[in-house]
Amino acid sequence: MVTSTTKSIFFKGVLDGLPFLLVVGPFGLLFGVIATEAGLNVAETMGFSVLVIAGASQFTAIQLMVDNAPTAIVLATALAVNLRMAMYSASITPHLGAAPLWKRALVAYFLVDQTYAVSVDKYERSDWSLPQKLAYFFGVVLPICPMWYVLTLTGAMLGEAIPDAWALDFAVPITFLALVAPALRTLPHVAAAVTSIVLALALAGLPYNVGLIIAAIVAMMVGAQAEVMMRPRK
Amino acid sequence: MIPEGTPIWLVIVILGLGTFLIRFSFLGLIGDRQLPEWFLRHLRYTSVAVLPGLVAPLVVWPAATDGQLDPARLTAAGMAVLVGVVTKNVIASIFAGGLTLYAMLFLLG
Repeated sequence: MVTSTTKSIFFKGVLDGLPFLLVVGPFGLLFGVIATEAGLNVAETMGFSVLVIAGASQFTAIQLMVDNAPTAIVLATALAVNLRMAMYSASITPHLGAAPLWKRALVAYFLVDQTYAVSVDKYERSDWSLPQKLAYFFGVVLPICPMWYVLTLTGAMLGEAIPDAWALDFAVPITFLALVAPALRTLPHVAAAVTSIVLALALAGLPYNVGLIIAAIVAMMVGAQAEVMMRPRK
Repeated sequence: MIPEGTPIWLVIVILGLGTFLIRFSFLGLIGDRQLPEWFLRHLRYTSVAVLPGLVAPLVVWPAATDGQLDPARLTAAGMAVLVGVVTKNVIASIFAGGLTLYAMLFLLG
């Protein structure tokens, strides 16, 4: 067995990250277009994609600002969408937790759905050293994150030129549904989603979009409870 | 359109900072420590608890039709979910939803 060099592991990461361009690219483009249509200028649109770098929460924030929700609700809801990343942070720590602080901070910034999923899956099937694991992670980042910025910018430039007849108003709901649907893999996930829908519609009349927060909290509890109830008895 | 006077940069900066702190939480601050099981269990359901509720009113009461239930948009939403559940593929689901919407808008005039 030849030991892989750190450099070759970096390029392996690049190669493994490449297919996700097909997911991240159109998503970034769409965010640029939707943000522009909602009235954001190019700097604000890019501010979202560079500082937040989390698509679903960016769409959430835009949608709630369009609905004229109070700022605290916009932030609470959009941050709730990103809470899943605490799980990513926890599960990647055994692998990268020994790295210097600035490198861990850099990893944290780039810890998006795709970079996390690809890296952790690989770490668990290899016996790499810390430098090799870091090299792989940043390799995966390379095709994914810079393209997120570039395609957001492209979308922001195109946004103004797109006519209403394209019905892009519905691109946001479809994108969200597309993000959620593959996650409906177990009964508890379905139970949480259904609870969220029913309560969000029933509570839509409440002021300040607070209905959505209530719906989300109850739905989360329903999902967790359903998981406990479905667990096989020992 | 986002109403005039919305503190857009405030939202961007706080959301950016908050999101970074969520990602940095264990990696940078808490370290390699075991979390309570009930906490992880709730975390698993945050995305499916928030996003469907966010999207439901947009599907049932679309702004483009002044809040009237719209067969084209409802069918497109159903198609996106169906293809997403079956293929587990985000892009396939977006395309299915988009194509259905255009086909329905074309057919229904």
